[in-house]
Amino acid sequence: MKTVEEIKSAIEVSVPGAAVEIALSPSPSGQHSLRLTPSHAVEIARFMRDDEELALDFLSNVTGVDWPDKEITEKVKVTRTVTKAVDGMEQQVEETTEEPRKRIEPGCLEVVYHLYSIEKKHGPVVIRMRTVNRTDQVELPSLTSIWRSAEFQEREIFDLYGIVFKGHPDLRRLLMWEGFKDHPMRRDYVEPDDFEYEPTPHDAVLARAAAHKATQESASQEGTGAGQ
Amino acid sequence: MTTSALLREKMEEGWNRPPVISPDGEGELLEVAMGPHHPSTHGVFRMDVALDGERVIRLKPVFGYLHRNHEKIAEGVSYLASMPYTDRLDYICSLTNNWAYALAVEKLVGQEVPERAEYLRVILGELTRVQNHASSIGFLIQEMGASGTPLMYAFKEREKILDLFEGLTGSRMMCNYMRFGGCRVDASPAWLDAVRKVVDELPGFADEFERLLCSNEILMARCQGVGILRPELAVNAGVTGPMLRASGVNYDIRKVDGYGIYNRFNFRVPLGDHWDVFDRFMVRLLEMRESIAILNQALKEVPGGPVMDPKAKIRGFRPKPGEAYGRIEAPKGELGFYLISDGGPNPYRYRVRPPSLINLTVLEDMCLGSNVADIVLIFGSVDIVLGEVDR
Repeated sequence: MKTVEEIKSAIEVSVPGAAVEIALSPSPSGQHSLRLTPSHAVEIARFMRDDEELALDFLSNVTGVDWPDKEITEKVKVTRTVTKAVDGMEQQVEETTEEPRKRIEPGCLEVVYHLYSIEKKHGPVVIRMRTVNRTDQVELPSLTSIWRSAEFQEREIFDLYGIVFKGHPDLRRLLMWEGFKDHPMRRDYVEPDDFEYEPTPHDAVLARAAAHKATQESASQEGTGAGQ
Repeated sequence: MTTSALLREKMEEGWNRPPVISPDGEGELLEVAMGPHHPSTHGVFRMDVALDGERVIRLKPVFGYLHRNHEKIAEGVSYLASMPYTDRLDYICSLTNNWAYALAVEKLVGQEVPERAEYLRVILGELTRVQNHASSIGFLIQEMGASGTPLMYAFKEREKILDLFEGLTGSRMMCNYMRFGGCRVDASPAWLDAVRKVVDELPGFADEFERLLCSNEILMARCQGVGILRPELAVNAGVTGPMLRASGVNYDIRKVDGYGIYNRFNFRVPLGDHWDVFDRFMVRLLEMRESIAILNQALKEVPGGPVMDPKAKIRGFRPKPGEAYGRIEAPKGELGFYLISDGGPNPYRYRVRPPSLINLTVLEDMCLGSNVADIVLIFGSVDIVLGEVDR
């Protein structure tokens, strides 16, 4: 099987204008991946499927990954002019200090595809794409038109991560229900503690319990007052 | 809006909707929700079916009734803590789930597995395959209307295998047996003898089941030529396992990847050539026979030694940053685990590639144009477990 470098150059020869970046995985598994530009992804995918040597006809796994905004604290050297008392005289002195400065590295959503070839029996070839950010520009091209097996998996990613796949034939939530807001697999998702709360006869019971608790509290307060 | 209010609104919307006219303009389409409590769905799963008379015009599967966000839970706990939870994915075949997860983590950290553990994994994996295929064929006959008896024949055999699992792992179904770099406990010679005894009886059971499948005219009339899945579509839609091989595509991950020690054993890959429901069950039956062949070979040569890599790190397990995708040929298809490590004690990303869910991609294609009653058979021939579909 071709190495990632060979696949990258094969893509760049065959699909004009496509830029492919190699993302190395330092793990012993040695499964390195190719990061595609979303604008050319469908053409690249079609090439990878139809090319005789690659023949990646089987899309095994599609998954999303969330990379939230990272706050990075760096030490920056700052030179300032400070007025200082030197030998009893006030003088302008240049002073260099190291100050911590916080920088926010913008996050993104990523989608990862694992490809195999049933014809040539090789793989996996891993391709990935990134959205611009995590809030409003979360669109990526859908590869369902190339591999049908992405149909449910892309729906699942849309559901759980909120990546919008352009060109998907039936982009609805897969696991969560219609009308659910938010995307539960995101790292910053907070589980609401009251969802599926419904007014039931419990309310009457709870009101009675609250009233009872209030009487208890006032009784115990009176009790402590008497003790003193 | 609360869920119940939303539901009520949807229902009212449904009641007030004008009738849908069939494509030929003659009649009205009947929309049926098969499920979530239809007995043929083996769990909670819904198919929204549109019917023109008896003919299926549209079928949309609806998932999520058993969704508990397994992947999110796994991202919050250590690597090992997810191991017992993988049992609950496909609860019929917990040992192959363990194996797939262990394999992915071993790939992530580059860990070796001792010989004896590899043999035990193969023995347990193939026993799992036999009992899964047996019960899946039993369910087929059950769904065709032969209520109870044939399924119990399959379950009788399955129970013997589950007893073996209990003898080794302590649990019939939630085995939690594999570890990163080996297995949890060693098998005693008595247990291996018990396995040999059960395996010796399995060919007789397979013969009996084959006679049942191939001699019943009603069964054959209902299964043959129904739910045809073309190989091109099967490959493109990512269908794996017995489903793919019944469509005539020779792709068995045990042969292709040769993970574990599978390249040491002689076995054949059964293929279908009619691509229908009957082929899917015949392929399962023949796979049972091949599994028995693998078991006989493996049981002859189980080596001694440890079942756990002595260098395996159990406490403070922190893989170096990186990612790995490991997959095995589970009884239902390709079961894969994709892991991203950021160097911490928990996986940064933990993904299950569920064969049951992805094999359902083609459900609508297989059912279009067939009768309502055939949906039950076609759906049964996919062989899914909802614990894995919804995760």
